[in-house]
Amino acid sequence: MYSQGLIGADDKTAEDQAFLDAFQKRIDAEEKIEPNDPMPAAYRSTLIRMIGQHAHSEIVGMLPEGNWITRAPSLRRKVALLAKVQDEGGHGLYLYSAAETLGVSREQMTEELLSGKAKYSSIFNYPTPTWADIGTIGWLVDGAAIMNQVPLCRCSYGPYARAMIRVCKEESFHQRQGYELVQNLCAGTTEQKAMAQDSLNRWWWPSLMMFGPSDTDSQHSDLSMKWKIKRFTNDELRQKFVDATVPQAKLIGLSMPDADLKWNADKNNGQGGYDFGAIDWDEFWRVVKGHGMMNKDRIKARKKAWDDGAWVREAAQAYAKKQNTQVAAA
Amino acid sequence: MSAPLLHTVVQIADDHLISGHRLSEWCGHAPMLEEDLSMPNMALDLIGQARTLYSYAARLENKGRTEDDFAYLRTDREYQNCLLVERPNTDFAHTMLRQLYFATYMKFFWESMHESSDETLSALSHKAIKEISYHVRHCGEWVVRLGDGTTESAEKMSDAVQALHPYTEELFEVDESRQHGIDKGIFPDHANLKTQWQNTIDAIFVQAKLTLPEIGFAQTGGRKGLHTEDFGMLLAQLQYLPRAYPGASW
Repeated sequence: MYSQGLIGADDKTAEDQAFLDAFQKRIDAEEKIEPNDPMPAAYRSTLIRMIGQHAHSEIVGMLPEGNWITRAPSLRRKVALLAKVQDEGGHGLYLYSAAETLGVSREQMTEELLSGKAKYSSIFNYPTPTWADIGTIGWLVDGAAIMNQVPLCRCSYGPYARAMIRVCKEESFHQRQGYELVQNLCAGTTEQKAMAQDSLNRWWWPSLMMFGPSDTDSQHSDLSMKWKIKRFTNDELRQKFVDATVPQAKLIGLSMPDADLKWNADKNNGQGGYDFGAIDWDEFWRVVKGHGMMNKDRIKARKKAWDDGAWVREAAQAYAKKQNTQVAAA
Repeated sequence: MSAPLLHTVVQIADDHLISGHRLSEWCGHAPMLEEDLSMPNMALDLIGQARTLYSYAARLENKGRTEDDFAYLRTDREYQNCLLVERPNTDFAHTMLRQLYFATYMKFFWESMHESSDETLSALSHKAIKEISYHVRHCGEWVVRLGDGTTESAEKMSDAVQALHPYTEELFEVDESRQHGIDKGIFPDHANLKTQWQNTIDAIFVQAKLTLPEIGFAQTGGRKGLHTEDFGMLLAQLQYLPRAYPGASW
């Protein structure tokens, strides 16, 4: 699934100018930075935060869709959904591994998620009350993720960039699968089509918020762009997403819940694009700060899985220790 | 159409769907991320096999039903899975033991099915055996780790054995239809399967430091459509959408 436009990043670093210049030279030459290479402390901490937020988003993102695994309406849909949610878990695993190359452990990151210190994409704090939400999430949320993640395949940090290549292939499949699900509902009964429209109405604006605050309010983009962690600004990516998605909705007979949405031939340097209405940033910050409908339930579910599973992890460690002792004694 | 064959194929399909469904309930809630991947993986294998078996049942029946008609539009009295697979997840120890019991049975079942006189089932057995052998290994390793891990895990494992062992007898139950299939060389001899199953479980229990309980009375009934109360709730979730929107295509 995806991390949101980065929330919070370091914009100060302590290295001397010669070190920073040498590092920038490597970045400008499009060299990949690898785990053992020297790097500014702020580069490291920004990446840890960004990859961590991305990994947590994958893990928390398993919950809203997982909500429908046992209720999927056909066996084909059931296996597709199960495989998709499993893919998200797999993405979480590679991303935690990528973050570990920067010197932080998965346990540490998990604790930060459970304590509320670490952020994850605010989109997952919205509920999935209907089956149509499973299609809409694939279509819009994974669609937005692709917009954000394709440029991350060229991120300057090698392990993150490489993880993104595989993740993007899978996300692209999820996006098409989600769209196909919604398309199928739109071609179905009146009730099914209404279910699809209602779902789009609920997810459209939160999907636009996934790209993070507007460039004018985002304090951290500059350094992330200079270090080629990010390649496009939040607003550039959001515009690309709107331009790609609006025609997809039209094609299947759905309307976007935005009265101000209209084609503007002058946009995008004369290539044309959609103007769209104002995003409710108060809602965005409210959800980021923990007041979305599902924030508390999501963390509670993750905490329950972690706490209920403690005895299993302890047993696995105790068993491994016994085995090692036996091997050593032999 | 062979009515006895259809009957048994549906039973086996039901075992797989319900077993896969129970495992899928863990997705996103497992004790560690690796298990959030491996339990859905096993669920996908089992539901995939169920789909093949329901489709085969639909062909045998030849009345225009689909895999989804079998899964979504039968009542609990029509479902014929064994009781073991419908038992609730309870905790990770119960889940791993339940899957080990079932997978071990299916492993020897599919192994024998390579020689089945039924070509469709014999072909399926070659794919299924690879998948189910992994389930036996994965769940067997967990049963050993938990049985010989900490005091707490050993207690939980032992509780799981007490709770689930009475349901294992039903795996080897042979009704009239199954006996018909055995006589025709379609299905394997179940007495032999039981010996193989018992030997494997015994060996795992030795490593796991677990003891086999005395079963006062074996719990059966699923093959006749008589299920535990938890099963009604499982079906209510599974069948919710097709029941709420009759005739809709998804």
